[in-house]
Amino acid sequence: MRHYSVQADSLINSQAEETVLEAVNANIYYGNFLALQDVSIKIARHQITAFIGPSGCGKSTLLRCFNRLNDLIESFRLKGQIYYHDQDLYSRHVDPVLVRRRIGMVFQKPNPFPKSIYDNVAYGPRINGVKGNLDDLVEQSLRQAALWDEVKDKLKASGLSLSGGQQQRLCIARTIAVQPDVVLMDEPCSALDPISTLRIEELMTELKEKFTIVIVTHNMQQASRVSDKTAFFNVQTNERGGKVGYLVEYDDTVKVFTNPRETYTRDYIAGRFG
Amino acid sequence: MDLTRKSSDWRSLFNTAMTVVAGAFVVIALIPLLAVLSYVAIRGLSRLNLELLTKLPPPPMVPGGGIANAIVGTLIMVGLAALISVPIGVAAAIFLAEFSRPATARWIRFATNVLNGVPSIILGVFAYAALVVTTKTFSAYAGAVALSILMLPTIIRTTDEALKIVPQEIRWAALGIGAAKYQTVMQVVIPAALPTIITGVTLAIARAAGETAPLIFTALFTQFWPNSLTQPTPSLAVLVFNFATVPFKNQQELAWAASLILVLLVLLTSIVSRLALRRKTY
Amino acid sequence: MPSQLAPSHSLIQRKSSTGQLLDKAFIWTTRICAFAIAGVLVLIAIQVGNEAIPALKTFGLGFIFQQNWDPVKDSYGVLPMIYGTMMTSFIALLLAIPIGVSSAIFLSEDFLPLSIRTVLVFLVELLAAIPSVVYGLWGIFVLIPLIRPLGEWFHEHLSWVPLFSTSPSGPGLLPAALVVTIMILPTITAISRDALTALPPELRQASIGLGGTRWETILHVLLPAAFSGIVGAIMLALGRAMGETMAVTMLIGNSNSVNFSLFAPGNTIASLLANQFAEASGLQVSALMYAGLILFILTLVVNVLAQWIVMKVQKF
Repeated sequence: MRHYSVQADSLINSQAEETVLEAVNANIYYGNFLALQDVSIKIARHQITAFIGPSGCGKSTLLRCFNRLNDLIESFRLKGQIYYHDQDLYSRHVDPVLVRRRIGMVFQKPNPFPKSIYDNVAYGPRINGVKGNLDDLVEQSLRQAALWDEVKDKLKASGLSLSGGQQQRLCIARTIAVQPDVVLMDEPCSALDPISTLRIEELMTELKEKFTIVIVTHNMQQASRVSDKTAFFNVQTNERGGKVGYLVEYDDTVKVFTNPRETYTRDYIAGRFG
Repeated sequence: MDLTRKSSDWRSLFNTAMTVVAGAFVVIALIPLLAVLSYVAIRGLSRLNLELLTKLPPPPMVPGGGIANAIVGTLIMVGLAALISVPIGVAAAIFLAEFSRPATARWIRFATNVLNGVPSIILGVFAYAALVVTTKTFSAYAGAVALSILMLPTIIRTTDEALKIVPQEIRWAALGIGAAKYQTVMQVVIPAALPTIITGVTLAIARAAGETAPLIFTALFTQFWPNSLTQPTPSLAVLVFNFATVPFKNQQELAWAASLILVLLVLLTSIVSRLALRRKTY
Repeated sequence: MPSQLAPSHSLIQRKSSTGQLLDKAFIWTTRICAFAIAGVLVLIAIQVGNEAIPALKTFGLGFIFQQNWDPVKDSYGVLPMIYGTMMTSFIALLLAIPIGVSSAIFLSEDFLPLSIRTVLVFLVELLAAIPSVVYGLWGIFVLIPLIRPLGEWFHEHLSWVPLFSTSPSGPGLLPAALVVTIMILPTITAISRDALTALPPELRQASIGLGGTRWETILHVLLPAAFSGIVGAIMLALGRAMGETMAVTMLIGNSNSVNFSLFAPGNTIASLLANQFAEASGLQVSALMYAGLILFILTLVVNVLAQWIVMKVQKF
């Protein structure tokens, strides 16, 4: 198999950009099956980093490593390291519950709780011990998610009574209510209509001022519109016939889309596969 | 931004404590199972011999004897009940799964579930009023009818589920080569669902064999061999009820032995049906 | 050419008309069998109601409030039986709900590997398969002697509490209620577990993703979401508890009086019927039918409500 070395270090200029998340030689296994091979990547603060690539290339898998959500899968194993601000996320001493407070996630299908809109947003802060009046926090989060004006008169209504796009914005509000450092988004717009998609893309650009965002998307145009940096993943077949994902290229979005280094990247962008 | 695990943290402690409590409750839930099964085995095993299966119950103060008449009686009545409830139940389920409109089906399924919840003593009372009073005799028929009403909901429910799982393509294939609806159902769909249906019927039979309330005033009990379907008929379940409350050691032992047989029957059918359902092809 | 076509054409015609006829007959047969279910329910109601009419006329609604059951004087009242039915059912629910719901939670989450979980789920279901009369037998010879020392302790030290005001002398409300608890546990566990496993996995992921611990997720997200299903399970269990006959008859002592002590003997409507029906005659039979009608209506209402709740959940 060919190995691709990505010049990750040169990408993050330590004077201008701070590293929030870093994977170092991360290899992800499900049981004995290697899903993602030897990824090294640095995610910069207050930027939107996009993971793109054909299905099965492991981009969602890598994303879910950042907030320890892969722990829910029994056969999951990580070889290599993943760091959050120089802390090894997978060290034995780390509490995944606390990790998820700092690194939040928005999922592909909007999944609000069957509770009121208010309780949806207040859930995170409540279980993380925030006491007292949550009204201001709820309002602020809903405003930041560009949903406040639409729901301010019906905070007691069920979260499920909203439209798809509104539900997703509610989920975003819910995630940022705990005031995380990083927001991971796993194909957040794939279940939504184009207009809602556009609204959420605008939202992302606002949100990156306060948070660091990593987004997995199979929509290349979205990646080119929204992200500052883009990582392109691909799939290859190993000797035994299994499929393994790997990182092909990682650079500023402008560069990846106008003048990519690798042929595969060029082909994928041009729509020749995936 | 310290992410280290503090196991003395209140949230983690609560988490662990709740897991322990929940696990303890599961253990508590299973203790009675262990207790009942082991006691029935201990008290009943000593009487499990040929005499048990071939002799009649003795009068009080006379040792020995068996429960053979009760075994035969149970077989007869449960068999009769199955003869009644299986065709009707399967037919009803066929209607539900194949021919009914969704609204009708919902109501009938609703009625089936409600029938399932009717106390078995009421079924006995009903059979008494409908059959015993009119024929002026306690009988195996009356007992069987009461049991068949008891078995119906189980048979309908499992057959319904079994038919629903059969893929539509099979039906279309049959209809496509010109088979009539009744041929499609009887010759194609039912055979495909047969293992599950049989499992459901087996479970219903096992449940019926253990039921007492529908029989205590329809089939009553006798100490002798069942000699007519229109006479009182003994059964394992009623035997246990009668012999449990008399102060004679021998009778009590026979009750334990009868219980053992019933429990073995139930265990066997439950395990076999579980395995059978898991190996479904669909 | 037309003559060659005509015979085969008419052959097809004939075949389809007998085929159609058979199909119609088949469908109608199945239809009748299906509607027979509702028919049986109505028949039961009518039959029981019909036989109850003499007693209804004689005693009216006073039947429900009278404490006296006297076959000699032909004066009947079922208040003690209603009390016994309610008490055994509620005590059983009180005990079975926490045990059953926690077991459902424990067996629906992955606290244990799947293989062990499957076995445990099977074992809990086995509790429901054991015949009621076997529980009664076990109750007489094992449970009652077992709880007697405990009961005596409560009676000695706390007899001022009405619940413990009599001495445990054998059969009574408590042993009956305990056995009913065991018998309704599987209902609560199985249906609650179904409600929990039917929840979409995204719900769990959302809560975990926000930094919730496992039990915070269970208590604040999963249980509220599965609430209707669990309520339905509880109501079904209540229906079963009220109708439970054999084990209760063998353990409750069959005394027709209202006594607030847990250890005193009592009676339920179902055991009243089980005990007296075979030898009853005349007005007594009608009185028993009246009692049976009351039980039938009670369980009907509870089961219909439970079905409605469970059906609502299944639609979502």
